[in-house]
Amino acid sequence: MTEQTDNTVRSYRSRTPSWWTPVLAILWKDVLLESRTREMVMPILVFAFLVIVVFNFVIDPNPTLVAAVAPGVLWVAFTFAGMLGLNRSFSMEKERGGIEGLMLCPVGRDLIYLGKMLGAFMFILIVEFIMLPVFAAIFNLPLFEPGLWLITVLATFGFASVGATFSAMAVNTKAREILLPILFFPIAVPVIIAATEATRAVLAGDPFSDYSRWIQLMAAFDVVFVVIAALTFDFVLGE
Amino acid sequence: MQTNSAIHTHGLTKHYGNRPVLRDIDLELPWGEVLSLFGPNGAGKTTLVRLLAGLTRPTGGSIRIAGLDPERRGIEVRRLLGVVTHQTFLYDELTARENLRFYARMYGLGNADDRIEEVSATLGSSSYLDARVRTLSNGMQKRVSLARAVLHRPRLLIFDEPEAGLDQEALDLVEALLKAHRAEGGSAVVTTHNVERGLSIADRVIILANGRISYDEPSGMLEPVSFRDTYRERTGVQL
Repeated sequence: MTEQTDNTVRSYRSRTPSWWTPVLAILWKDVLLESRTREMVMPILVFAFLVIVVFNFVIDPNPTLVAAVAPGVLWVAFTFAGMLGLNRSFSMEKERGGIEGLMLCPVGRDLIYLGKMLGAFMFILIVEFIMLPVFAAIFNLPLFEPGLWLITVLATFGFASVGATFSAMAVNTKAREILLPILFFPIAVPVIIAATEATRAVLAGDPFSDYSRWIQLMAAFDVVFVVIAALTFDFVLGE
Repeated sequence: MQTNSAIHTHGLTKHYGNRPVLRDIDLELPWGEVLSLFGPNGAGKTTLVRLLAGLTRPTGGSIRIAGLDPERRGIEVRRLLGVVTHQTFLYDELTARENLRFYARMYGLGNADDRIEEVSATLGSSSYLDARVRTLSNGMQKRVSLARAVLHRPRLLIFDEPEAGLDQEALDLVEALLKAHRAEGGSAVVTTHNVERGLSIADRVIILANGRISYDEPSGMLEPVSFRDTYRERTGVQL
Protein backbone atom coordinates (compact mmCIF):
# COMPACT_ATOMS: atom_id res chain seq x y z
CA MET A 1 0.00 0.00 0.00
CA THR A 2 1.64 3.23 -1.15
CA GLU A 3 1.85 6.03 1.38
CA GLN A 4 0.03 9.11 0.13
CA THR A 5 2.15 12.26 0.17
CA ASP A 6 -0.29 14.80 -1.16
CA ASN A 7 -0.76 17.46 1.50
CA THR A 8 -4.33 18.04 0.43
CA VAL A 9 -5.13 14.38 1.00
CA ARG A 10 -3.29 14.43 4.33
CA SER A 11 -5.37 17.35 5.51
CA TYR A 12 -8.52 15.30 4.97
CA ARG A 13 -7.16 12.33 6.86
CA SER A 14 -8.96 11.63 10.05
CA ARG A 15 -6.95 12.05 13.18
CA THR A 16 -7.64 11.13 16.76
CA PRO A 17 -9.85 13.97 17.99
CA SER A 18 -9.52 15.34 21.50
CA TRP A 19 -11.83 13.51 23.87
CA TRP A 20 -14.20 16.47 24.20
CA THR A 21 -14.63 16.88 20.41
CA PRO A 22 -17.01 13.92 19.91
CA VAL A 23 -18.76 14.67 23.21
CA LEU A 24 -19.44 18.25 22.13
CA ALA A 25 -20.33 17.10 18.61
CA ILE A 26 -23.01 14.76 19.97
CA LEU A 27 -24.24 17.43 22.37
CA TRP A 28 -24.44 20.08 19.64
CA LYS A 29 -26.18 17.64 17.31
CA ASP A 30 -28.82 16.94 19.99
CA VAL A 31 -29.25 20.67 20.63
CA LEU A 32 -29.82 21.30 16.92
CA LEU A 33 -32.29 18.44 16.66
CA GLU A 34 -34.18 19.53 19.77
CA SER A 35 -34.37 23.12 18.55
CA ARG A 36 -36.18 21.87 15.44
CA THR A 37 -38.30 19.06 16.83
CA ARG A 38 -38.90 20.01 20.49
CA GLU A 39 -39.53 16.31 21.06
CA MET A 40 -37.92 16.21 24.46
CA VAL A 41 -38.29 19.57 26.22
CA MET A 42 -41.96 20.20 25.46
CA PRO A 43 -43.33 16.85 26.68
CA ILE A 44 -41.22 17.08 29.84
CA LEU A 45 -42.33 20.62 30.49
CA VAL A 46 -46.01 19.85 30.00
CA PHE A 47 -45.85 16.73 32.16
CA ALA A 48 -44.01 18.46 35.02
CA PHE A 49 -46.43 21.39 34.89
CA LEU A 50 -49.46 19.09 34.99
CA VAL A 51 -48.14 17.12 37.95
CA ILE A 52 -47.46 20.24 39.96
CA VAL A 53 -50.80 21.83 39.10
CA VAL A 54 -52.81 18.68 39.86
CA PHE A 55 -51.12 18.23 43.22
CA ASN A 56 -51.85 21.89 43.95
CA PHE A 57 -55.56 21.17 43.51
CA VAL A 58 -55.36 18.09 45.71
CA ILE A 59 -53.40 19.48 48.63
CA ASP A 60 -55.15 21.53 51.29
CA PRO A 61 -53.38 24.96 51.27
CA ASN A 62 -52.33 24.58 54.89
CA PRO A 63 -48.77 26.00 55.21
CA THR A 64 -47.68 23.14 57.45
CA LEU A 65 -49.07 20.54 55.07
CA VAL A 66 -47.63 22.29 52.03
CA ALA A 67 -44.17 22.42 53.62
CA ALA A 68 -44.39 18.71 54.34
CA VAL A 69 -45.52 17.48 50.92
CA ALA A 70 -44.22 20.08 48.48
CA PRO A 71 -40.70 18.59 48.24
CA GLY A 72 -42.20 15.22 47.37
CA VAL A 73 -44.48 16.81 44.78
CA LEU A 74 -41.54 18.59 43.18
CA TRP A 75 -39.45 15.45 42.90
CA VAL A 76 -42.34 13.32 41.71
CA ALA A 77 -42.80 15.83 38.91
CA PHE A 78 -39.10 16.03 38.09
CA THR A 79 -38.49 12.30 38.34
CA PHE A 80 -41.29 11.21 36.05
CA ALA A 81 -40.73 14.10 33.67
CA GLY A 82 -37.07 13.15 33.58
CA MET A 83 -38.12 9.58 32.70
CA LEU A 84 -39.93 10.92 29.66
CA GLY A 85 -36.88 12.87 28.57
CA LEU A 86 -34.48 10.00 29.06
CA ASN A 87 -36.73 7.68 27.10
CA ARG A 88 -36.80 10.12 24.19
CA SER A 89 -33.04 10.64 24.28
CA PHE A 90 -32.21 7.25 22.81
CA SER A 91 -35.50 6.68 21.03
CA MET A 92 -34.62 9.56 18.76
CA GLU A 93 -31.24 7.96 18.06
CA LYS A 94 -32.79 4.60 17.24
CA GLU A 95 -34.79 6.16 14.43
CA ARG A 96 -32.75 5.98 11.22
CA GLY A 97 -30.12 3.92 12.98
CA GLY A 98 -28.49 6.82 14.79
CA ILE A 99 -27.08 4.58 17.50
CA GLU A 100 -25.32 2.39 14.97
CA GLY A 101 -24.10 5.47 13.15
CA LEU A 102 -22.44 6.55 16.38
CA MET A 103 -21.06 3.04 16.93
CA LEU A 104 -19.36 3.17 13.52
CA CYS A 105 -17.39 6.28 14.48
CA PRO A 106 -13.81 5.92 15.78
CA VAL A 107 -14.85 7.15 19.18
CA GLY A 108 -14.86 5.37 22.50
CA ARG A 109 -18.28 4.19 23.65
CA ASP A 110 -17.72 6.05 26.90
CA LEU A 111 -17.58 9.33 24.98
CA ILE A 112 -20.82 8.47 23.17
CA TYR A 113 -22.37 7.90 26.59
CA LEU A 114 -21.04 11.22 27.90
CA GLY A 115 -22.38 13.13 24.91
CA LYS A 116 -25.86 11.61 25.17
CA MET A 117 -25.93 11.88 28.96
CA LEU A 118 -24.94 15.54 28.97
CA GLY A 119 -27.60 16.29 26.37
CA ALA A 120 -30.32 14.62 28.43
CA PHE A 121 -29.03 16.35 31.56
CA MET A 122 -29.10 19.73 29.90
CA PHE A 123 -32.63 19.42 28.49
CA ILE A 124 -34.11 18.07 31.72
CA LEU A 125 -32.33 20.80 33.70
CA ILE A 126 -33.74 23.50 31.41
CA VAL A 127 -37.25 22.25 32.12
CA GLU A 128 -36.59 22.11 35.85
CA PHE A 129 -35.22 25.65 35.89
CA ILE A 130 -38.41 26.78 34.16
CA MET A 131 -40.60 24.79 36.54
CA LEU A 132 -38.93 25.83 39.80
CA PRO A 133 -40.39 29.36 39.73
CA VAL A 134 -43.78 27.90 38.77
CA PHE A 135 -43.56 25.48 41.66
CA ALA A 136 -42.54 28.25 44.06
CA ALA A 137 -45.37 30.49 42.91
CA ILE A 138 -48.06 27.78 43.08
CA PHE A 139 -47.06 26.56 46.53
CA ASN A 140 -46.04 29.98 47.83
CA LEU A 141 -42.54 28.85 48.69
CA PRO A 142 -39.18 30.64 48.56
CA LEU A 143 -37.55 30.52 45.13
CA PHE A 144 -34.18 32.20 45.40
CA GLU A 145 -32.56 29.61 47.59
CA PRO A 146 -29.13 28.70 46.17
CA GLY A 147 -29.38 25.35 47.89
CA LEU A 148 -32.49 24.47 45.88
CA TRP A 149 -30.78 25.08 42.56
CA LEU A 150 -27.70 23.10 43.66
CA ILE A 151 -29.91 20.17 44.69
CA THR A 152 -31.66 20.30 41.34
CA VAL A 153 -28.39 20.22 39.40
CA LEU A 154 -26.90 17.36 41.41
CA ALA A 155 -30.04 15.23 41.40
CA THR A 156 -30.65 15.75 37.69
CA PHE A 157 -27.07 14.81 36.91
CA GLY A 158 -27.60 11.62 38.88
CA PHE A 159 -30.83 10.88 37.01
CA ALA A 160 -29.15 11.49 33.68
CA SER A 161 -26.07 9.41 34.46
CA VAL A 162 -28.17 6.39 35.41
CA GLY A 163 -31.05 6.99 33.05
CA ALA A 164 -28.92 7.38 29.92
CA THR A 165 -27.49 3.92 30.45
CA PHE A 166 -30.82 2.24 31.04
CA SER A 167 -32.43 4.17 28.22
CA ALA A 168 -29.83 2.78 25.82
CA MET A 169 -30.54 -0.71 27.14
CA ALA A 170 -34.30 -0.37 26.97
CA VAL A 171 -34.53 1.28 23.56
CA ASN A 172 -34.03 -1.98 21.69
CA THR A 173 -36.93 -3.67 23.47
CA LYS A 174 -40.60 -3.43 22.65
CA ALA A 175 -41.53 -2.60 26.23
CA ARG A 176 -39.06 0.24 26.65
CA GLU A 177 -41.56 2.61 28.29
CA ILE A 178 -42.09 0.01 31.02
CA LEU A 179 -38.56 -1.37 31.16
CA LEU A 180 -36.85 1.97 31.69
CA PRO A 181 -38.70 2.84 34.93
CA ILE A 182 -38.27 -0.72 36.20
CA LEU A 183 -34.52 -0.53 35.67
CA PHE A 184 -34.13 3.10 36.67
CA PHE A 185 -36.04 3.53 39.91
CA PRO A 186 -34.31 0.96 42.13
CA ILE A 187 -30.94 2.48 41.27
CA ALA A 188 -32.08 6.09 41.47
CA VAL A 189 -33.82 5.75 44.86
CA PRO A 190 -30.85 7.18 46.82
CA VAL A 191 -30.84 10.30 44.65
CA ILE A 192 -34.61 10.73 44.91
CA ILE A 193 -34.54 10.38 48.69
CA ALA A 194 -31.56 12.71 49.03
CA ALA A 195 -33.11 15.31 46.73
CA THR A 196 -36.44 15.22 48.56
CA GLU A 197 -34.92 15.43 52.04
CA ALA A 198 -32.51 18.17 51.06
CA THR A 199 -35.31 20.15 49.41
CA ARG A 200 -37.41 19.81 52.54
CA ALA A 201 -34.55 21.20 54.63
CA VAL A 202 -33.95 24.10 52.25
CA LEU A 203 -37.62 25.08 52.12
CA ALA A 204 -37.81 24.87 55.90
CA GLY A 205 -34.94 27.35 56.13
CA ASP A 206 -32.54 24.88 57.73
CA PRO A 207 -28.80 25.73 57.63
CA PHE A 208 -26.58 24.09 55.04
CA SER A 209 -24.97 21.90 57.68
CA ASP A 210 -28.35 20.22 58.24
CA TYR A 211 -28.63 18.96 54.69
CA SER A 212 -25.00 18.87 53.57
CA ARG A 213 -24.91 15.08 53.97
CA TRP A 214 -27.63 14.75 51.33
CA ILE A 215 -25.62 17.01 49.02
CA GLN A 216 -22.56 14.84 49.60
CA LEU A 217 -24.59 11.70 48.92
CA MET A 218 -25.83 13.06 45.60
CA ALA A 219 -22.38 14.26 44.59
CA ALA A 220 -20.85 10.88 45.38
CA PHE A 221 -23.67 9.09 43.55
CA ASP A 222 -23.11 11.27 40.49
CA VAL A 223 -19.38 10.61 40.36
CA VAL A 224 -19.66 6.88 40.98
CA PHE A 225 -22.42 6.22 38.50
CA VAL A 226 -21.14 8.39 35.69
CA VAL A 227 -17.80 6.55 35.88
CA ILE A 228 -19.43 3.12 36.06
CA ALA A 229 -21.84 3.93 33.24
CA ALA A 230 -19.10 5.30 30.98
CA LEU A 231 -16.90 2.27 31.55
CA THR A 232 -19.70 -0.23 30.91
CA PHE A 233 -21.42 1.53 28.00
CA ASP A 234 -19.58 -0.62 25.48
CA PHE A 235 -21.43 -3.65 26.83
CA VAL A 236 -24.73 -1.79 26.84
CA LEU A 237 -24.43 -0.98 23.13
CA GLY A 238 -22.92 -4.31 22.14
CA GLU A 239 -25.05 -7.04 20.60
CA MET B 1 0.60 -1.62 11.26
CA GLN B 2 1.35 -2.90 7.75
CA THR B 3 -0.50 -6.07 6.91
CA ASN B 4 -1.20 -8.16 3.84
CA SER B 5 -4.90 -8.51 4.55
CA ALA B 6 -7.67 -5.99 4.74
CA ILE B 7 -9.88 -8.67 6.24
CA HIS B 8 -9.01 -11.99 7.81
CA THR B 9 -11.64 -14.14 9.46
CA HIS B 10 -11.16 -17.62 10.85
CA GLY B 11 -14.00 -19.86 11.93
CA LEU B 12 -16.30 -16.84 12.16
CA THR B 13 -19.63 -17.86 13.64
CA LYS B 14 -22.72 -15.96 14.71
CA HIS B 15 -25.75 -17.30 16.47
CA TYR B 16 -28.88 -15.42 17.41
CA GLY B 17 -30.13 -17.42 20.35
CA ASN B 18 -30.03 -21.02 19.23
CA ARG B 19 -30.25 -20.12 15.56
CA PRO B 20 -26.95 -20.24 13.66
CA VAL B 21 -26.75 -17.47 11.09
CA LEU B 22 -23.11 -17.73 10.08
CA ARG B 23 -20.98 -20.84 10.40
CA ASP B 24 -17.22 -21.17 10.20
CA ILE B 25 -16.56 -18.33 7.78
CA ASP B 26 -12.92 -18.29 6.69
CA LEU B 27 -12.35 -15.19 4.62
CA GLU B 28 -9.20 -13.46 3.46
CA LEU B 29 -9.37 -10.19 1.54
CA PRO B 30 -6.04 -8.68 0.47
CA TRP B 31 -5.56 -4.96 0.12
CA GLY B 32 -6.45 -3.62 -3.28
CA GLU B 33 -9.20 -6.16 -3.87
CA VAL B 34 -12.94 -5.77 -4.18
CA LEU B 35 -15.14 -8.65 -3.10
CA SER B 36 -18.74 -9.07 -4.27
CA LEU B 37 -20.87 -11.07 -1.91
CA PHE B 38 -23.98 -12.78 -3.22
CA GLY B 39 -26.55 -14.86 -1.44
CA PRO B 40 -30.30 -15.31 -1.05
CA ASN B 41 -32.26 -13.56 1.66
CA GLY B 42 -31.39 -15.04 5.04
CA ALA B 43 -28.03 -16.39 3.89
CA GLY B 44 -26.17 -14.24 6.40
CA LYS B 45 -24.84 -11.45 4.16
CA THR B 46 -26.06 -8.61 6.36
CA THR B 47 -24.89 -10.43 9.48
CA LEU B 48 -21.43 -10.79 7.96
CA VAL B 49 -21.46 -7.09 7.07
CA ARG B 50 -22.46 -6.18 10.64
CA LEU B 51 -19.70 -8.37 12.06
CA LEU B 52 -17.08 -6.80 9.81
CA ALA B 53 -18.38 -3.33 10.65
CA GLY B 54 -18.20 -4.05 14.37
CA LEU B 55 -21.91 -3.53 14.91
CA THR B 56 -22.28 -6.96 16.44
CA ARG B 57 -19.95 -9.41 18.15
CA PRO B 58 -19.20 -12.89 16.82
CA THR B 59 -20.32 -15.94 18.73
CA GLY B 60 -17.15 -17.75 17.73
CA GLY B 61 -14.06 -17.44 15.60
CA SER B 62 -12.00 -14.36 14.94
CA ILE B 63 -11.96 -11.24 12.82
CA ARG B 64 -8.96 -9.12 11.97
CA ILE B 65 -9.26 -5.87 10.06
CA ALA B 66 -5.84 -4.76 8.79
CA GLY B 67 -4.42 -7.18 11.32
CA LEU B 68 -6.24 -5.46 14.18
CA ASP B 69 -8.69 -7.08 16.56
CA PRO B 70 -11.90 -4.98 16.52
CA GLU B 71 -12.61 -5.99 20.13
CA ARG B 72 -9.32 -4.68 21.47
CA ARG B 73 -8.55 -1.91 18.99
CA GLY B 74 -12.00 -0.88 17.90
CA ILE B 75 -11.27 2.81 17.50
CA GLU B 76 -8.37 2.18 15.12
CA VAL B 77 -10.43 -0.34 13.17
CA ARG B 78 -13.42 1.96 12.83
CA ARG B 79 -11.16 4.68 11.49
CA LEU B 80 -10.32 2.38 8.59
CA LEU B 81 -13.91 1.50 7.75
CA GLY B 82 -16.53 3.18 5.60
CA VAL B 83 -19.88 1.44 5.96
CA VAL B 84 -23.11 1.77 3.99
CA THR B 85 -26.12 -0.33 4.91
CA HIS B 86 -29.86 -0.14 4.39
CA GLN B 87 -29.99 2.45 7.17
CA THR B 88 -28.62 5.83 6.24
CA PHE B 89 -27.42 6.82 9.74
CA LEU B 90 -28.60 10.33 8.94
CA TYR B 91 -30.69 12.56 11.17
CA ASP B 92 -33.91 13.57 9.43
CA GLU B 93 -34.18 17.05 10.92
CA LEU B 94 -30.62 18.04 10.08
CA THR B 95 -29.56 19.10 6.62
CA ALA B 96 -27.28 16.88 4.59
CA ARG B 97 -24.43 19.29 5.25
CA GLU B 98 -25.09 19.32 9.00
CA ASN B 99 -25.12 15.53 9.04
CA LEU B 100 -21.82 15.38 7.17
CA ARG B 101 -20.27 18.03 9.41
CA PHE B 102 -21.33 16.01 12.44
CA TYR B 103 -19.68 12.87 11.16
CA ALA B 104 -16.63 14.86 10.06
CA ARG B 105 -16.23 16.04 13.66
CA MET B 106 -16.71 12.51 14.95
CA TYR B 107 -13.92 11.37 12.61
CA GLY B 108 -11.69 14.28 13.57
CA LEU B 109 -11.45 15.60 10.01
CA GLY B 110 -9.62 18.81 9.25
CA ASN B 111 -10.96 21.08 6.46
CA ALA B 112 -14.29 19.32 6.77
CA ASP B 113 -16.26 21.74 4.62
CA ASP B 114 -13.83 21.37 1.71
CA ARG B 115 -13.98 17.61 1.99
CA ILE B 116 -17.79 17.65 2.17
CA GLU B 117 -17.94 19.70 -1.02
CA GLU B 118 -15.48 17.39 -2.75
CA VAL B 119 -17.26 14.18 -1.82
CA SER B 120 -20.70 15.60 -2.56
CA ALA B 121 -19.54 16.70 -6.00
CA THR B 122 -18.22 13.19 -6.66
CA LEU B 123 -21.54 11.64 -5.68
CA GLY B 124 -23.72 14.28 -7.32
CA SER B 125 -25.35 15.46 -4.09
CA SER B 126 -24.03 19.04 -3.97
CA SER B 127 -27.31 20.64 -5.02
CA TYR B 128 -29.21 19.47 -1.93
CA LEU B 129 -26.57 19.71 0.78
CA ASP B 130 -28.60 22.38 2.57
CA ALA B 131 -31.89 20.51 2.46
CA ARG B 132 -33.14 18.64 5.48
CA VAL B 133 -32.70 14.92 5.07
CA ARG B 134 -36.40 14.18 5.63
CA THR B 135 -37.20 16.21 2.49
CA LEU B 136 -34.88 14.13 0.32
CA SER B 137 -35.90 11.10 -1.71
CA ASN B 138 -34.53 7.66 -0.81
CA GLY B 139 -31.98 7.89 -3.60
CA MET B 140 -30.80 11.31 -2.49
CA GLN B 141 -30.47 10.12 1.09
CA LYS B 142 -28.49 7.13 -0.11
CA ARG B 143 -26.04 9.43 -1.90
CA VAL B 144 -25.58 11.49 1.26
CA SER B 145 -25.11 8.27 3.23
CA LEU B 146 -22.43 7.21 0.76
CA ALA B 147 -20.77 10.60 1.22
CA ARG B 148 -20.86 10.04 4.98
CA ALA B 149 -19.15 6.68 4.54
CA VAL B 150 -16.26 7.94 2.42
CA LEU B 151 -15.76 11.33 4.04
CA HIS B 152 -12.76 10.22 6.06
CA ARG B 153 -11.06 8.34 3.20
CA PRO B 154 -11.47 4.87 4.71
CA ARG B 155 -9.18 2.10 3.54
CA LEU B 156 -11.89 -0.55 3.67
CA LEU B 157 -15.39 -0.01 2.33
CA ILE B 158 -18.24 -2.24 3.39
CA PHE B 159 -21.33 -1.67 1.27
CA ASP B 160 -24.51 -3.63 1.92
CA GLU B 161 -26.56 -3.50 -1.28
CA PRO B 162 -25.42 0.02 -2.19
CA GLU B 163 -27.50 -0.07 -5.38
CA ALA B 164 -30.78 -0.04 -3.46
CA GLY B 165 -32.64 3.18 -4.19
CA LEU B 166 -30.07 4.55 -6.61
CA ASP B 167 -30.69 5.59 -10.20
CA GLN B 168 -28.43 4.60 -13.09
CA GLU B 169 -26.32 7.75 -12.80
CA ALA B 170 -25.69 7.15 -9.11
CA LEU B 171 -24.88 3.49 -9.74
CA ASP B 172 -22.24 4.54 -12.23
CA LEU B 173 -20.82 6.99 -9.69
CA VAL B 174 -20.61 4.28 -7.02
CA GLU B 175 -18.88 1.95 -9.45
CA ALA B 176 -16.39 4.67 -10.34
CA LEU B 177 -15.84 5.38 -6.65
CA LEU B 178 -15.10 1.70 -5.96
CA LYS B 179 -12.68 1.49 -8.87
CA ALA B 180 -10.85 4.63 -7.76
CA HIS B 181 -10.76 3.28 -4.21
CA ARG B 182 -9.20 0.04 -5.42
CA ALA B 183 -6.68 1.91 -7.57
CA GLU B 184 -5.52 3.72 -4.42
CA GLY B 185 -4.91 0.41 -2.70
CA GLY B 186 -8.15 0.21 -0.78
CA SER B 187 -10.41 -2.79 -0.46
CA ALA B 188 -14.15 -3.24 -0.43
CA VAL B 189 -16.81 -5.79 0.37
CA VAL B 190 -20.02 -5.25 -1.55
CA THR B 191 -23.14 -7.31 -1.04
CA THR B 192 -25.43 -7.24 -4.01
CA HIS B 193 -28.16 -8.98 -5.94
CA ASN B 194 -27.11 -7.31 -9.21
CA VAL B 195 -25.07 -9.89 -11.10
CA GLU B 196 -23.74 -7.64 -13.85
CA ARG B 197 -22.57 -4.89 -11.52
CA GLY B 198 -21.32 -7.34 -8.92
CA LEU B 199 -19.14 -9.14 -11.43
CA SER B 200 -17.89 -5.98 -13.15
CA ILE B 201 -16.61 -4.27 -10.02
CA ALA B 202 -15.23 -7.29 -8.19
CA ASP B 203 -11.91 -9.07 -8.24
CA ARG B 204 -13.48 -11.97 -6.40
CA VAL B 205 -16.96 -13.33 -5.91
CA ILE B 206 -18.39 -15.21 -2.97
CA ILE B 207 -21.77 -16.90 -2.65
CA LEU B 208 -23.13 -17.27 0.85
CA ALA B 209 -25.73 -19.98 1.44
CA ASN B 210 -27.21 -21.09 4.76
CA GLY B 211 -24.56 -19.17 6.63
CA ARG B 212 -21.59 -20.78 4.88
CA ILE B 213 -19.34 -19.80 1.99
CA SER B 214 -20.56 -21.97 -0.83
CA TYR B 215 -18.50 -20.49 -3.66
CA ASP B 216 -15.34 -18.38 -3.70
CA GLU B 217 -13.66 -17.66 -7.02
CA PRO B 218 -11.95 -14.83 -8.89
CA SER B 219 -14.45 -12.93 -10.98
CA GLY B 220 -12.23 -12.39 -14.01
CA MET B 221 -13.57 -15.19 -16.20
CA LEU B 222 -17.12 -15.25 -14.91
CA GLU B 223 -20.02 -14.48 -17.22
CA PRO B 224 -23.40 -13.40 -15.81
CA VAL B 225 -25.24 -16.31 -17.40
CA SER B 226 -22.92 -19.01 -16.10
CA PHE B 227 -22.74 -17.30 -12.72
CA ARG B 228 -26.52 -17.34 -12.44
CA ASP B 229 -26.43 -21.09 -13.09
CA THR B 230 -23.77 -21.54 -10.46
CA TYR B 231 -25.78 -19.45 -8.03
CA ARG B 232 -28.89 -21.54 -8.58
CA GLU B 233 -26.92 -24.75 -8.07
CA ARG B 234 -25.36 -23.51 -4.84
CA THR B 235 -28.39 -21.85 -3.28
CA GLY B 236 -31.42 -23.42 -4.94
CA VAL B 237 -32.66 -19.92 -5.69
CA GLN B 238 -32.81 -18.05 -8.98
CA LEU B 239 -30.85 -14.77 -8.99
